[in-house]
Amino acid sequence: MGIYLPIAEISVNVFVLLAMGAAVGFLSGMFGVGGGFLITPLLIFYNIPPAIAVATGANQVIASSFSGALSHMKRGTLDFKLGGVLLAGGIVGSTGGIYVFAFLRRLGQLDLFISLLYVVLLGTVGGLMLVESVNALRATRSGAAPVLKKSGQHNWIHRLPLKMRFRASKLFVSVIPVLGLGAGIGFLSSIMGVGGGFIMVPALIYLLKVPTNVVIGTSLFQIIFTSAYTTLVHATTNQTVDVMLAFLLMAGGVAGAQYGAKAGQRLRGEQLRALLALLVLAVAIRLAIDLFVTPPNLYSLSGAGLN
Amino acid sequence: MKGPGSFAAAIFLSLLAAAVPAKAQTPLPEGIQIGLSTDNVSITAGFSGADLTIFGSLENPDPLVARQGRYDVIVVLEGPPKPVVVRRKDRVLGVWINLESETFENVPVSYSVATTRPLQDITEPNSYKQLSLGASNLYMQPADAGESPATIEEFTAALRERKAAAGLYSENVGGVQFLSQNLFRATVRLAPNVPVGTHKARAFLFKSGLFIKESSAQLEIRKSGFEQSIFRVAHDYSFLYGVFAVSLAMVTGWLGRLVFRKD
Repeated sequence: MGIYLPIAEISVNVFVLLAMGAAVGFLSGMFGVGGGFLITPLLIFYNIPPAIAVATGANQVIASSFSGALSHMKRGTLDFKLGGVLLAGGIVGSTGGIYVFAFLRRLGQLDLFISLLYVVLLGTVGGLMLVESVNALRATRSGAAPVLKKSGQHNWIHRLPLKMRFRASKLFVSVIPVLGLGAGIGFLSSIMGVGGGFIMVPALIYLLKVPTNVVIGTSLFQIIFTSAYTTLVHATTNQTVDVMLAFLLMAGGVAGAQYGAKAGQRLRGEQLRALLALLVLAVAIRLAIDLFVTPPNLYSLSGAGLN
Repeated sequence: MKGPGSFAAAIFLSLLAAAVPAKAQTPLPEGIQIGLSTDNVSITAGFSGADLTIFGSLENPDPLVARQGRYDVIVVLEGPPKPVVVRRKDRVLGVWINLESETFENVPVSYSVATTRPLQDITEPNSYKQLSLGASNLYMQPADAGESPATIEEFTAALRERKAAAGLYSENVGGVQFLSQNLFRATVRLAPNVPVGTHKARAFLFKSGLFIKESSAQLEIRKSGFEQSIFRVAHDYSFLYGVFAVSLAMVTGWLGRLVFRKD
């Protein structure tokens, strides 16, 4: 069944979009990430213009992270204070990102920049996570007790000033890295159409040493607001949010997410992280190939004004 | 217009048209008219391309020429003109990057042609050039005239090729059929991604390879119903639209959890 997307201005298949949403929703529920980093490349592979894929991806992320955050709120695994500070940074970063986005679009380099950012970020995060989780898996298999990081083992981040206490996360840390992390993720959110969970989750665990059980809920909480803000700004400055497209993805996504969350509870932490790492790497490799392989068409058209 | 052809035409006309018996001795010039059944076409959610039929008639055709099939008609549906940037990717450190670009003014967004016969059989390449007729003869005005002719030619060719690949520039050979000596029917393709705006339908009449006359009509293509409203709201009330998009996402997320909850 074909449907005409009012903003993307093309006809697409409803079931492809629903299935895409459901598959990504399943994975996002399983791994506790928004799924934007999968949705945006998938939409681009499906010939949706990148500018619209990014803005609509941000819109779709709200639904899945809102749904996920509700579950975590009920379980009490959400640190509102930490999320709030991350969010304050996120708004600043997102605003900057929107300007860079509009600028690159005028230059005709937006698509390249989006792909490059995806390859570099997904490649790095995926690689690091894979190494870490494989080490953890090997350690448990050889019978050695997993080396838990003691709260006393602090890195340089914990020596920064302006400390603040986050009770739910059992954390006493400077607000500078928290704000910085929020800003960085806000920036990526507006340029890549991602919530940023795939960076936020490892950053909170490894850099800030937030307990794993609080990380996902808190990350989802801040992602709701960062992507809501990103969606709003894209809608007003670039008119690139396609609600019809977003709604189809969301509808598939929220259904998939609940099943994914259930499936995720049956897997162990290290296994889950290793799988997520593989997935992230696969997307990065797919995008990298597109950058280097001779494109079928060297020429592309775009309007002189927008798009 | 001399010879047995004009004689036959004279008889034909004097028999048919009693109103013009005095002038029937010298044949009237041929003309062409087209009519559209509607002056606007609406695209709905399910739009996946369509054929648009345009009817037209020849005025004062020479029956002998008509019988020998030496009248040819080319019908063009031309989309609204827009500036276009053509970009070329080049390899930099192994990565394909948009480097060179060329801007063209007033490029028709779409251009569908229907003809009685293959273009090369109707008339000379030169007359197509003069008429700027046919996707491959359409004149593209570069914004920067200082560019070298070779570059402009390269980008013009790329522009045509990309438009054709997107289905926006199309050619329907045999798409114009004569239903009688005077009446013809042209079928032009509307691509699924046909642009909205004012389209111009033009019909060109050729007689034995010579261009005789042109006639045109306008057609408004617009989005209808739900999609049109969404598009308009997104542009006119973009902030409210954004708020709506965010709320829709939250409600969907919340409802999805209620319906599909697994914990």
